Amino acid sequence: MRTATEIGYNTKVEGDVIVTRLDAALNWCRKNSLWPMPMGLACCAIELMATGASRFDISRFGAEVMRFSPRQSDVLVVAGTVTYKMATAVKRIYDQMAEPKYVIAMGACASTGGMYRSYAVLQGVDRILPVDVHVAGCPPRPEALLDALITLQKKVAREPVLATLKKVAA
Amino acid sequence: MTPQRLAELLQSRYGALVSAPTEFRGEVTVRVADAEQMPEVCAYAKKLGCDFLLDITSIDNYGEDPRWTIVYELYGLEHRCHLRLKVDVGETKSELPSVTGVWRTANWHEREIYDLMGIRFRGHPDLRRIIMWEGYPHFPLRKDFPLAGKPTDVPDVAFTNASPMEGGPFVTTPGGKDAIEREPRAKELKG
Repeated sequence: MRTATEIGYNTKVEGDVIVTRLDAALNWCRKNSLWPMPMGLACCAIELMATGASRFDISRFGAEVMRFSPRQSDVLVVAGTVTYKMATAVKRIYDQMAEPKYVIAMGACASTGGMYRSYAVLQGVDRILPVDVHVAGCPPRPEALLDALITLQKKVAREPVLATLKKVAA
Repeated sequence: MTPQRLAELLQSRYGALVSAPTEFRGEVTVRVADAEQMPEVCAYAKKLGCDFLLDITSIDNYGEDPRWTIVYELYGLEHRCHLRLKVDVGETKSELPSVTGVWRTANWHEREIYDLMGIRFRGHPDLRRIIMWEGYPHFPLRKDFPLAGKPTDVPDVAFTNASPMEGGPFVTTPGGKDAIEREPRAKELKG
């Protein structure tokens, strides 16, 4: 019996069998194990740590593995003010991550430069990186960061994985 | 030992070089007339017990001559007295001798002043930029440098752009009666 959802499951007919598309299954695996690379630069890093702690458990979403190596992570969470001095380092870290990679710009400073309209602060990390989700707040509450993670998961679920398998990202 | 006594001892040793102490809210300030003799005055102050250099900072008197005022905050751990020494430096010279020989901590303070104001310190062991990067062409904390910054590029190190100010710096009205009145708004700077 076919349903309209991606993952069709009818217990009476199939029993322990789930019928789905390969894209949907791969994206389900990817979105539920997004390993963050914390680029904790300033105060937002404290809220990132709070999100990783027990009360606002980010482990529920499969993201407690905060790999501090870009080679082993999926999501770059830019948490904090990006100064011009640090901008080249952030770009270098992003370049070292393997595809597929995503970026969450956490907080006002990472999204637009925040309250620092000055000679030393990069006015938003999206001037050097392609950002997938911006999170508003100064700092954003842990619930807001988890909401951003859920939004990113929805974005990952929609990706046409097999169609773009061997293409290099632009 | 009181800060006043400290200032008087300094003045009695150096005569015309060191001014009479001025006091404001319990803080004693002393002006030194010649920047070139600063290390000697500081060495004597250290002998009087001011073994802790709290801070060196600089003031940009934009439009006045001399343009720079360097301020040394001294403290003594034994007699627990603060003393402030102020020295004027003209813009054409923009240089004075370093006091790293007296207090080693002056190293980073003087590097910061060089980085942000452009005042050089003769005899400094390692005078290079500490906050901005090598090759950055401007001195950001001068009063003629805009807050938004200027576009620069040092390839492979860092770049800067002018920030969008959106109608001027966002300033608050301190002492407003509620938070709505105190909210920072774009204000045109007058004068």
